[in-house]
Amino acid sequence: MPGNILGSEDIILSATGIDKVFPGAKALNKVNFQLGRGEVHALLGENGAGKSTLVKCITGAYRRDGGRLVLDGVDIDPRDTFEAQRLGIGTVYQEVNLLPNLTVAENLFLGRQPRRFGLVDARAMNRRAETLLAGYDLDIDVKAELSSCSVAVQQVVAIARAVDLSGKVLILDEPTASLDAHEVEMLFAVVRRLKTQGLGIVFITHFLEQVYAICDRITVLRNGQLVGTREAAALPRRELIAMMLGRELGDEIKTVAKAETEEGPVRYRFSGYGRRGHIAPFDLEVRKGEVVGIAGLLGSGRTETAEILFGAEKADSGSAEIEGKPVELTSPRAAIRHRLGFCPEDRKVDGIVGDLSVRENIALALQARRGWARPIPRAEQERLADQYIKALDIRTTDREKPIRLLSGGNQQKAILARWLATNPEFLILDEPTRGIDVGAHAEIIRLIENLCEQGMSLIVISSELDELVAYSHRVIVLRDRTHVSELVGEAVTTAHIVEAIAAGEKQGASR
Amino acid sequence: MKLKTALASATILAACMFGSAQAADLTVGFSQIGSESGWRAAETTLTKQQAESRGIDLKFADAQQKQENQIKALRSFIAQGVDAILVAPVVATGWDDVLTEAKDAEIPVILLDRTVDSSEDLYMTAVTSDLVHEGNVAGKWLVDAVAGKPCNVVELQGTTGSSPAIDRKKGFEEALAGHDNLKIIRSQTGDFTRTKGKEVMESFLKAEDGGKNICALYAHNDDMAVGAIQAIKEAGLKPGTDILVVSIDAVPDIFQAMAAGEANATVELTPNMAGPAFDALAAFKKDGTLPPKWIQTESKLYTQKDDPMKVYEEKKGLGY
Amino acid sequence: MNALKPHLIRLAPQFAVLVAVVLLISLAFPDFLKLQIQNGRVYGSLVDVLNRGAPVALLAIGMTIVIATRGIDLSVGAVMAICGAVAAASITSGHSLVYTLALALAVGLLCGLWNGILVAVLDIQPIIATLVLMVAGRGIAQLITEGAILTFNDPGLIFIGSGSFLGLPMPVVIWLVFGIAVTLLVRRTALGMLIEALGINRRASTLSGVSTGVLLVAAYVLSGLCAAIAGIIAAADIKGADANNAGLWLELDAILAVVVGGNSLLGGRFSIAAALLGALIIQSINTGILLSGFPPEFNLIIKAAIIVLILVIQSPRIRDLAALFGRSESAEATVKQEAK
Repeated sequence: MPGNILGSEDIILSATGIDKVFPGAKALNKVNFQLGRGEVHALLGENGAGKSTLVKCITGAYRRDGGRLVLDGVDIDPRDTFEAQRLGIGTVYQEVNLLPNLTVAENLFLGRQPRRFGLVDARAMNRRAETLLAGYDLDIDVKAELSSCSVAVQQVVAIARAVDLSGKVLILDEPTASLDAHEVEMLFAVVRRLKTQGLGIVFITHFLEQVYAICDRITVLRNGQLVGTREAAALPRRELIAMMLGRELGDEIKTVAKAETEEGPVRYRFSGYGRRGHIAPFDLEVRKGEVVGIAGLLGSGRTETAEILFGAEKADSGSAEIEGKPVELTSPRAAIRHRLGFCPEDRKVDGIVGDLSVRENIALALQARRGWARPIPRAEQERLADQYIKALDIRTTDREKPIRLLSGGNQQKAILARWLATNPEFLILDEPTRGIDVGAHAEIIRLIENLCEQGMSLIVISSELDELVAYSHRVIVLRDRTHVSELVGEAVTTAHIVEAIAAGEKQGASR
Repeated sequence: MKLKTALASATILAACMFGSAQAADLTVGFSQIGSESGWRAAETTLTKQQAESRGIDLKFADAQQKQENQIKALRSFIAQGVDAILVAPVVATGWDDVLTEAKDAEIPVILLDRTVDSSEDLYMTAVTSDLVHEGNVAGKWLVDAVAGKPCNVVELQGTTGSSPAIDRKKGFEEALAGHDNLKIIRSQTGDFTRTKGKEVMESFLKAEDGGKNICALYAHNDDMAVGAIQAIKEAGLKPGTDILVVSIDAVPDIFQAMAAGEANATVELTPNMAGPAFDALAAFKKDGTLPPKWIQTESKLYTQKDDPMKVYEEKKGLGY
Repeated sequence: MNALKPHLIRLAPQFAVLVAVVLLISLAFPDFLKLQIQNGRVYGSLVDVLNRGAPVALLAIGMTIVIATRGIDLSVGAVMAICGAVAAASITSGHSLVYTLALALAVGLLCGLWNGILVAVLDIQPIIATLVLMVAGRGIAQLITEGAILTFNDPGLIFIGSGSFLGLPMPVVIWLVFGIAVTLLVRRTALGMLIEALGINRRASTLSGVSTGVLLVAAYVLSGLCAAIAGIIAAADIKGADANNAGLWLELDAILAVVVGGNSLLGGRFSIAAALLGALIIQSINTGILLSGFPPEFNLIIKAAIIVLILVIQSPRIRDLAALFGRSESAEATVKQEAK
């Protein structure tokens, strides 16, 4: 194991075989994670990989379902974040969770203010606050309201409070998301100083250049599984991206015969399509029976591309054509009229209508297209629901069950059924396999392949590169909300995709 | 016309300067609460009519239910140097300062319709009706009308806790005291509205054997009586005959009902508060006679004998 | 029968409460249940409940739909006053009955359209958006009636308030017919399901192609129409438009009726029939209090106590407890059966 290079006396926090199960999905599966003294350790992975679940299990925000947690040689089982804090594990989040209307000093000592004659001794508190912050090279007025400080200073105050409270392990959850380059440097100076004091620091981020700038080791999670822990210096950027997105490099699965479709006529053509602040203008062509994959890291503009194609966000530049005829796809309704369908990434927020039954959820889009005055007869709805429950193997005791009671994978299949019921010609799937169990995973991939064979055009967004490579005829690679590369035919391999993303990352880092 | 106005203002100016004047040349400011009810609108109309018939120049200010507007209006009247101020105060408290200013400027203030919690020497007099007396007049009429025969009375109260509801109930009960043939068997609030008056009367009728057990209705205002009359008719009884109806306020619609024989009597809460006020003012200006601190308006009883249609026609135009 | 069963189960608690309230009143006042025919119409306290409950029942129909979209309409009481005033003003200035009714209903629709545009197009929170008309509406009504009660004598208009049809008071006929019509409209078409989807998850519905904006506006327009009908009835009932008092606080009674009917203020699943039962429960309590002969100072306390009791019984916690007991009972029953 590459992770076990540290001697046991150097390890401050050790998590072994951590399990966490949510209804319908296994969020963590026997994950091991070891943090050394004086180490900055990056925890990486795409959305839903299990990073935040692991952190929450460590900080007591969740109770783990299995595994051991050892802090400084002692087994711990924190019931809540306060207990974890007392034990020595402090956390600082992206959104500073302090009180902006209190002073800096009050924020530092909230709940443990120095007292004199039973009253808060403000003078002593301010003095101690100044001493504490001096250790962070921070010379600010501790009597000022926290809201008057910059976000970076607020971050440092939050870190100072967490370290002062806990002092063994510091978890930084996306601390740099809202900081500029200068502020990031200031924060890193603080992190380096804490590192020399022997603190173990967990650093969660999706900026890879920052990972290489400050981290000693990197642990990557994917789908609730540990992919591996590596020395940062010995892990090339390409390989890191491969760890995050695909299983193994060179492990190529090519199942679909792809050659013939590339010759077919273009059915959908988007030219100069874009929306300011969302996605830079791009050109996109999709043929009948073709799967176009979209790859890129989190925040690269994947979902934005899907939303603009479907009209959920209006394009402010460019034009769309279907079979040579210009069309206006300015709203989901318009897109649906042109036989488009869209399974959104965030099922709970954008997909399911929780209190409605599985039957109603499946019938919804078709009903919306028919209009309110032409209701789908109950019997027809039931037939439709039963047909898709059977065809997609949606596991539910009853088609009248509220859909919120189903597991994630079955909800996903029901949303797919909702679109298949409209008999679409162009389906956009945003992360169709995220957060669902392995069985359902395979079924959805098979379904994508079947739909494509039946002549449907598909756009599939996924952070599972090997999956994407398996069914895509072409792959568009995104970075910084821009379409940077398009891979066709034999060039569609995880290696190429990772390279395209990494090339962008290097560019981004050098800027 | 211009000349006349100029002359008039010159006279007013002179009157102010020499401190003596005749009623005919008076300028009076009137701060009205607003126009929240028909009665209030009638009061405004009548005040204007009274001023015109006496040749008084009336400066009218509508406060739209706000005391601050009234205080502003009063200050502006003082600044204009009017001869007297009429005010219908929207609330009872908070008048001391502005009344003192008026007193310092030697402008008499007369309160209309409602009183204030200020010291009595800050205003000249208050012209109001006596709510208890109104209830009493209604009760006495009923005592005389049944002439000793046993009679079950149902009562429609005003809004629970409001002073008209409390006082009109008290006065009515005082009139009935000692007449054991009259008994109030049910009393419920109708919120002074027609809708509630009708709904509550319906329940009275159901509760008292379809109304056969009820001999008279006493309503704290005419609006509830009008609603109740409809309920009685819909129950198949004859209001005014099967069930006597007596109420208070004397709004035009009750006269129509009386003309149709469906209501028997009403006690007037006169909207003419300005008449007595102007009389007192004239007497004061003439020879300095100070009126009593409280001028009680007449609570006049109207019955079917008083040619209700004629009264209706008179009242109709007043803005009720 | 099978298709009806879920509906009956849905309405069972409200029906049980209504029966309980009616029984309670008739214990104190036995004549409550007495019905007789008088002048060709049914006469009795139960008819009064149906008749007096008409405005709240009508408002509750529109309010149910608005609440199902996760909104609320505070303006209905004021819209009642406006429409009553418009009807009275129109009929007294010599317009025909048909013209008057059309005008009053159109004004109600317009008020609803105003609310709907504020909520759906400008995206203002419903409670704020409808507060505007709640406050301003009564002033508008007072402008129309010039502060006085505007009385009228048109027999046609009065018939709507106090006439009768097939022995039932007109207001009862109107709210029953309108309630059934709206129920059929939403349940025989797809409107009901689309409204529920919109109320539960507006974004997901939009992404599925539901015209959520149009539906939202339509919900408030319906509510405005209901308020207009209620306003006409309230004015016709007393042969006059009382801008100060018509519909005063009835928006709250209507919301209460919807809630007593077991509909969630968070939107989604709704039942108009249950809301109508809720309106009848509230009116039964009102009428019962009037019949009881208690001093009026107790009216509101008694009403509040009974409603708190009903809401407590319907609360999720208590329902869970009841379900728990129910399950253990049925479990016992199975055990017994197996023992046989």
